[in-house]
Amino acid sequence: MVDETMTKEVVVGNPKERVPLPFGIYCSGCHYGSIVRIICEVLEELNLGDRAVGLAGVGCSFGSYNIFINIDFVSCPHGRAPAMATAMKRIYPENFVFTVQGDGDLGAIGLGCWMNAINRGELLSTVFLNNACYGTTGGQMAPTTLWGQKTTTSAQGRNPIGTGFPFHGAELAASMPAVAYSARVSLHTPKNYREAKKAVKAAFEKQAKGIGYGFVELLSACPTNWKMSPVECCQWIEDTMIKEYPLGVFKDVDKIPLPQDWR
Amino acid sequence: MAEKVLIDGNEAIARGAIAAGCRHFFGYPITPQNEITEFMSREMPKIGGVYVQTESESSSVYMVYGGAWTGKRVMTSTSSPGFSLMMEGVSYIAEAEMPAVIVDVMRMGPGIGTGGQQGQTDYRQLAKGGGHGAYRNIVIAACSAQECYDFMQQAFYWADKYRMLVLVISDFIIGRSAEAVELRTLEFPNDLPDKPWAMMGRGKKGGIRSFYASAAIAQGGRPPDYHKRITAHYEQVAKDVLRWESYRTDDCDLLLASWGSSFRLCKKAVDVARTQGLKWGAFRPITIWPFPEEQLREVGLKAGRVVTVEDSSGELVEDVRCAMQGKVPVKLVPVWARHTPPGVMAGGSGLLYPEVIFEEVRKMEW
Repeated sequence: MVDETMTKEVVVGNPKERVPLPFGIYCSGCHYGSIVRIICEVLEELNLGDRAVGLAGVGCSFGSYNIFINIDFVSCPHGRAPAMATAMKRIYPENFVFTVQGDGDLGAIGLGCWMNAINRGELLSTVFLNNACYGTTGGQMAPTTLWGQKTTTSAQGRNPIGTGFPFHGAELAASMPAVAYSARVSLHTPKNYREAKKAVKAAFEKQAKGIGYGFVELLSACPTNWKMSPVECCQWIEDTMIKEYPLGVFKDVDKIPLPQDWR
Repeated sequence: MAEKVLIDGNEAIARGAIAAGCRHFFGYPITPQNEITEFMSREMPKIGGVYVQTESESSSVYMVYGGAWTGKRVMTSTSSPGFSLMMEGVSYIAEAEMPAVIVDVMRMGPGIGTGGQQGQTDYRQLAKGGGHGAYRNIVIAACSAQECYDFMQQAFYWADKYRMLVLVISDFIIGRSAEAVELRTLEFPNDLPDKPWAMMGRGKKGGIRSFYASAAIAQGGRPPDYHKRITAHYEQVAKDVLRWESYRTDDCDLLLASWGSSFRLCKKAVDVARTQGLKWGAFRPITIWPFPEEQLREVGLKAGRVVTVEDSSGELVEDVRCAMQGKVPVKLVPVWARHTPPGVMAGGSGLLYPEVIFEEVRKMEW
């Protein structure tokens, strides 16, 4: 049976909130373009476009998300998007303010900035892109790089002695009291893609409804720096990356607990 | 006349900012500017404003940067080590040409220095820029609580008019000395540009969105084009905002060149000299960028002898020598000329008292 509403435009057309440019600027097989699409669709479905402000961290999102997502969008210095977003949300509380940050941006240089923002209980949302390396600068080791994973700054493979442990953003966010939603999703299969969109929507809704901070970590492929084909990347996510970074919703609450006598 | 109150320079900064319409303050406690953050945390909520206590000055400067992007008047205040921590953000604010105001209530450095005591050891950083990228900030240095109050209003006007970061500078002495301040509202021309770039959600702007990645990308040009344009802008701003002050220089044959709180001490020293028949005068740059080089040169060459007095090891003196072009001698009364009181605990303190300045300069051989 054919669903007549599923036209080509609906399935693969340009989302309403995406700037109708006939190209992407990502490497072949990169998942960032899919994430742009997810964000655009969620903004449209939640009717947030007119009051949305996006902030991109430094990395492959820096000069690209602001081009493609048709809302007020500013690229931020490395790791500082949560501080800038804090000010933008406090000044215009009615706006919907979200950050898009890579693993170096959020997990390394901006870890303190991010953790302080979510510990203050800022009413923001974050899309955290985990591709296990520094994409823009040439695939160097990131906090999210797996043990044994070879990068240009860990040529023998990441060694836990001296370089520590893979960084778990979603679990960390879930441990913070003022966080309403935290999930890790992946984009390596159509099923996972749909789960990813659901998670982004759930995270965005937490802010839109005034509940609290929402966080989604997306495992995403970096074929150029992983030196794999797009298909091999998806297989590597399935076989290796998910073992270190389990998918799932780590926190989902409808109320942030505050002391009873606090108003 | 407007109401007069007895407040210190720090409170004057905070009140001046509110008088200028600033309702958004982001700051981190540091001595000797804590009175500003304390005042803002108490008063901003009362007037519908925003106060956020940040986790670091790095975060402060980026809240100011993000806040400036909304088009609202925003500020932070700090002291020397905190300002060093802000340098990256200052560079980004300059690149994006965001209007904002940062206050630096200086204390002695380098490093943690004397942990919150008097010093003027940030001149180079403030006037020349401590961040990367050949940018400029308008830098205005107060030497009284009244100026703190007035300069905050001036700073917000300049920031909006020229789309620049304006630094308002005081120090421990100014910040923590109570003086009578007239709470006067300054009038400015109604010529501020619109802010169509403000990131407040496209719905508030008729559906037209703003986006930004970097100056060169935003302007569709190349970095050299950016630098050419912004340098011309800086040159125009330098002409518009230049400020300086001369004191008893009409007939002087020795000029004390100074800035900020040291200038007030120099004025006193000049008065002492005049009572003894010595024809001294004093000069200060009020804006240390732009620097009043020609104006200083005119009085300095006429006087024939110049002494720079600064609570530092010799920073301002470099610009003074540059202004004099080697035509007249330039000497220095630096921080180690301070009167040092006895006692172990006072070992790092002391002040450049007017009498100390007078004696140091009087015994100089020319």
